[in-house]
Amino acid sequence: MTSPSPNSTASTEQHAVLALSPWREAWRVFRSNKAAMLGLVVLLLVMLIMLVGPSLYGVAPFGISALPFTEPFTDSRYWLGSDYLGRDIVAGMLIGGRATLLVGVSSAAITVFIGITVGALAGYFGGWIDALLSRLTELFQVLPALLFAMVLVTLFEPGLGVVICAIGMVSWTGTARLTRAEFIRLRGLEYVNAARTMGASHWRLIWHEILPNAMAPLIVSATLVVGVAILFEAGLSFLGLSDPNVMSWGMMIGSNRRHILECWWAVTLPGAAIFLTVLSVSLVGDGLNDALNPKMHLR
Amino acid sequence: MILVLRRLLVAAGLMVAVLAVNFVLIHAAPGDPATVIAGEMGGGDQAVIDSIKKAYGLDKPLPEQFITYLGKSVRGDLGVSYTYSRPVSSLIADRIGPTILLVLTSLVVAIAVGTLLGVFASLKPKSFASAAVTIVSLVGLAMPVFWTGILLVILFGKVWPVMPIAGMYDVRNYGATGWVAAMDALHHLVLPALTLTLVYLAQYSRLARASMLEVLSSDYVRTARAKGLNEAVVVFKHALRNALMPIVTIAGLQFGNLISGAVLVETVFSWPGLGTLALDAILGRDYPTLLGVLTFSSLFVISANLLTDLSYRWIDPRLRGK
Repeated sequence: MTSPSPNSTASTEQHAVLALSPWREAWRVFRSNKAAMLGLVVLLLVMLIMLVGPSLYGVAPFGISALPFTEPFTDSRYWLGSDYLGRDIVAGMLIGGRATLLVGVSSAAITVFIGITVGALAGYFGGWIDALLSRLTELFQVLPALLFAMVLVTLFEPGLGVVICAIGMVSWTGTARLTRAEFIRLRGLEYVNAARTMGASHWRLIWHEILPNAMAPLIVSATLVVGVAILFEAGLSFLGLSDPNVMSWGMMIGSNRRHILECWWAVTLPGAAIFLTVLSVSLVGDGLNDALNPKMHLR
Repeated sequence: MILVLRRLLVAAGLMVAVLAVNFVLIHAAPGDPATVIAGEMGGGDQAVIDSIKKAYGLDKPLPEQFITYLGKSVRGDLGVSYTYSRPVSSLIADRIGPTILLVLTSLVVAIAVGTLLGVFASLKPKSFASAAVTIVSLVGLAMPVFWTGILLVILFGKVWPVMPIAGMYDVRNYGATGWVAAMDALHHLVLPALTLTLVYLAQYSRLARASMLEVLSSDYVRTARAKGLNEAVVVFKHALRNALMPIVTIAGLQFGNLISGAVLVETVFSWPGLGTLALDAILGRDYPTLLGVLTFSSLFVISANLLTDLSYRWIDPRLRGK
């Protein structure tokens, strides 16, 4: 973190910009991107609602409180109506994003962890380690992601943990390939050689020298992974393959699937929530991309 | 030729690895398979479980079981479905047609429309086409595909009921063949194919635009323009051919992954494909069918990747000599 020294004039804007640290500079670029800021605000708002909404509203999402098939705006107590069992839609909407966001973020974390570890080892060491890990990556690329996750969730019990691991296991290959490419690009650079000459260990070279410089594209890709993971979770719970005791947006849609025409609000509203959340995530991802990878501006 | 052989060898190795993963999965799952089978049959005592173990070879050591499993899979024997009491391979053969029809239609439409949209967007970065690509790709990739399908069901099943929203044939045409059946299937195909197309379109239009932008700024395109070639020739013959490479790569990957990609859409529209077969297998705890579909899908992905690899040689003459 370099801040302008008191002696520098910093009067022109150019001086001020030059003195900013890379992360502050990135934040400045990100902030000027209206779409990305909108995405960030929506995302924070969704998180806030998930955090405090259910306790403020106080209706149990699984409780059968209203008449089945109550249309929206017809009953002041259930202003978004009820589903085919009479469960309050508002209660489901308020709490349904918790599982979605939790699974999305945790499985993205697993994805990034596996992807970076495999990619870094393969790209850094090369040789037979690279060959072995690349074959492993190929194997997981060949396994059809959704089907494989479906099998995992079915064979083991459908709890949130299993869903998180299943999504993490099927989606790390992209991150691994990206990390590997970055490591191959960076490992031959002079600053890495300099560190190696000074006796830095493999561990230090991988985590402290190379990885920080590969971080920018990885952060962007991690954001996109979150969006994909949210859609993945929604798909699984739509199919009825997630924890049956945890209400989620995908599950609301899935459980009302047989009543699409009689009860359109119970399937369209949670879907809109998923759509808005994923859209916000990808807007933030695009903004981060512009802020962190200025060279890859045209995509 | 040697390279082709090497590719084939790698593909075969991958297939064995996939089968090994499947095998490990079956044995890692909680619960002994014999007990599960006995449970599916309505329960049984130790004698029944022992006889099941003997019948399925579950009393043999694991490596031997794996070799047997490998040999059977290679011969196309994927076991017998618990639910249908039919060989899994014949179930898959019944269902693969509708899935290929659905995914191939969507892919072809999406690639054609997406590439054109991407080309126009790349030529005029400030135009309507370019804005359309941005919006289509943002929205298309953020919409859960099953939700898109549901919105179309509501639109064409309730608001403006002009399209069939479930299945592949109308019951009133039961037993029909030839022209009538084909038209009926096409009519039923419209909505599921449209749903899947919207997702694919989001990817291809964006990819095509990015790829074209890169190619259009290269030297040989400037040369082609400088020697006075017609702009259409420059764009479609010189630039597009080179810009197609990443599109082919993704299309190959996606065609291979078609079964996985179609599960959600098939579920929404009750399309009688492999995706609904897999889901039914899950709901009925029909493990042989489920693992059979997984094995078959992986084989499909491997073959599609192989074909993609070989098609590079056809698209890019520079690779032919190598």
